[in-house]
Amino acid sequence: MRSRFLLLALFLVAACSSTDADEAKQVATGQDTGAAAAAGGLPSTRTTPSRPSGFDQGGLQPVESARQLSEAGADRVYFAFDSYDLDAQARGIIERQARLLTTQGTINVTVEGHCDERGTREYNIALGERRASAVRDYLIALGVAPNRLRVVSYGEERPAAIGSNEDAWAQNRRAVTVVMGAAAGS
Amino acid sequence: MRDAVWRRLQATIGAVALALVLVAGLPAAADLRIDITRGVVEPLPIVILPFPSAGGDQASDVGTEITNVVAADLERSGLFKPLDPRPLSVSQPSLDTLPLFANWRLVNTQALVHGRTTALPDGRLKIEFRLWDVFAEQEMLGRAYSTPAGNWRRIAHVIADAIYKRITGEDGYFDTRIAYIAESGPRSRRTKRLAIMDQDGANHQFLTEGNNLVLTPRFSPSSQDIAYLRYADSQPRVHIRNLTTRADEALSGISEITFAPRYAPDGERLIVSMAVDGNTDIYTYDLRDHTRRRLTTTSGIDTSASYSPDGRQIAFNSDRGGSLQLYVMDADGSSVRRISRGDGRYATPVWSPRGDLIAFTKTQGGQFHIGVMRPDGSGERLLAQGFRVEGPAWAPNGRVILFFRQEPALNDAQGGRSRLFTVDLTGQNERELVTPLDASDPAWSPLRP
Repeated sequence: MRSRFLLLALFLVAACSSTDADEAKQVATGQDTGAAAAAGGLPSTRTTPSRPSGFDQGGLQPVESARQLSEAGADRVYFAFDSYDLDAQARGIIERQARLLTTQGTINVTVEGHCDERGTREYNIALGERRASAVRDYLIALGVAPNRLRVVSYGEERPAAIGSNEDAWAQNRRAVTVVMGAAAGS
Repeated sequence: MRDAVWRRLQATIGAVALALVLVAGLPAAADLRIDITRGVVEPLPIVILPFPSAGGDQASDVGTEITNVVAADLERSGLFKPLDPRPLSVSQPSLDTLPLFANWRLVNTQALVHGRTTALPDGRLKIEFRLWDVFAEQEMLGRAYSTPAGNWRRIAHVIADAIYKRITGEDGYFDTRIAYIAESGPRSRRTKRLAIMDQDGANHQFLTEGNNLVLTPRFSPSSQDIAYLRYADSQPRVHIRNLTTRADEALSGISEITFAPRYAPDGERLIVSMAVDGNTDIYTYDLRDHTRRRLTTTSGIDTSASYSPDGRQIAFNSDRGGSLQLYVMDADGSSVRRISRGDGRYATPVWSPRGDLIAFTKTQGGQFHIGVMRPDGSGERLLAQGFRVEGPAWAPNGRVILFFRQEPALNDAQGGRSRLFTVDLTGQNERELVTPLDASDPAWSPLRP
């Protein structure tokens, strides 16, 4: 519950100052997310064997947008070490994800929480869930229906960058929003 | 090698006189003994003669194999120094006659094991052995086993346990198994499989195919079941694998993210962690009626719970105080108190089967450590360290800890190796436990029934 209250507080105090987390995350992304913002951010697509993508209903355009934006990193937000706080840049990305979800009513997403390798395995599963829930809670606060959002934690098991160094760890401390399928039937 | 042993024996022949004085000063009842509660122990020299066959050649080969396994078990403990018997066994004593103790004293061994194997008419194998105190000239132990011929390795471990217990006064831990996670492939797409093997690495087998991510296996008190974490349909769930029937099922009635399972000492409940809405708490799960009970309610992360062997208390780690620390609570969730007091972050408390210590993982200054402390938090000692060491698991006698050590990764293909190690409570006897592939998340079974 603490995380949800914290997120609401972050959301209401929109002009809050940047934190230490900003520096780590900016090092990690190094991306120009301005273009992504202008295009109206999309989560990345991921096909699963059991659940087909819902993009067929929305036409080709969202698929192309999703590809472009996932390349620009708009499907993911980054965190400081042992933190689940959403900084200004993370909130901006989630706000673009929320705009997409509120305009594309057929899309369900899973938010995947991930960690670096500097914690213990079990703690990292808990921390990854906490990070994914922070994104989920902010999406809900922005008007996305809770039943369209699912959370999973992979702990440290699915690194995005390989290497035992701060640059790789910063890229791995992340929550990724993944399109799963149509809202109907879930 | 043989010559080296001889040279060392001759060089240390002077120690025989001292040992004689020590043994002579003891009353006859207080015979040969290793006190493993002391800090550092000199390994006890022991000769284990190959068990000859009273039957066919096949039994003779098995006799040599058995003694090799017994010697390897005792040597790994760090408490025994098996002497190469080959140059010494010119006049091998029959099991039915007294050894020539004066000759064995000359080679500075303090204990002598001899035995024999006999192929029985029904196809089974009879295995007999005696353990002698060379200086007191007394038999310490004599046992006989009849077993299916294919079961000789287990009997070898049982013999090693019997010798260990007779000389140290503590239960052994050799007739046990290790479950762990076998890792292969590049670090970006790691394949992880549940695997099991004997405590010495023999009889290795994989229990899962590698299609699903699996983590953190833990033995049931009966050692017949393994609780572990398995991702299926992108959902992490606690599963239970029966080692006899191979049945494998997720805990029923739970849809939340559930992980960090460990058995209660009675084997009828699990303690697990459940993550709901960004908050991880500790629950018990009753394996009979599938009910759950919440034990912690703070907004912090409470996870990695472990019962005391009497089932009355639970150790866990929590960041409720702002940093990750170790806590102990009563089994009903009451009387929570923090026990870790040093600098750094503390995690994965695991209660010793003896109840006297809690093993943990500590991170401080960019290094990981495996350590132990008493349940009240006093007496912290660090036993092993590295870029990453984690996952302490106790030998059933509470004298040895198994853990994994992961090296730094340079890139997707280089570095990052992960292997198993054991270390005893002195911190002086660290050994790799060799596995076919990379390894992590070890679990140590109780002594097999």
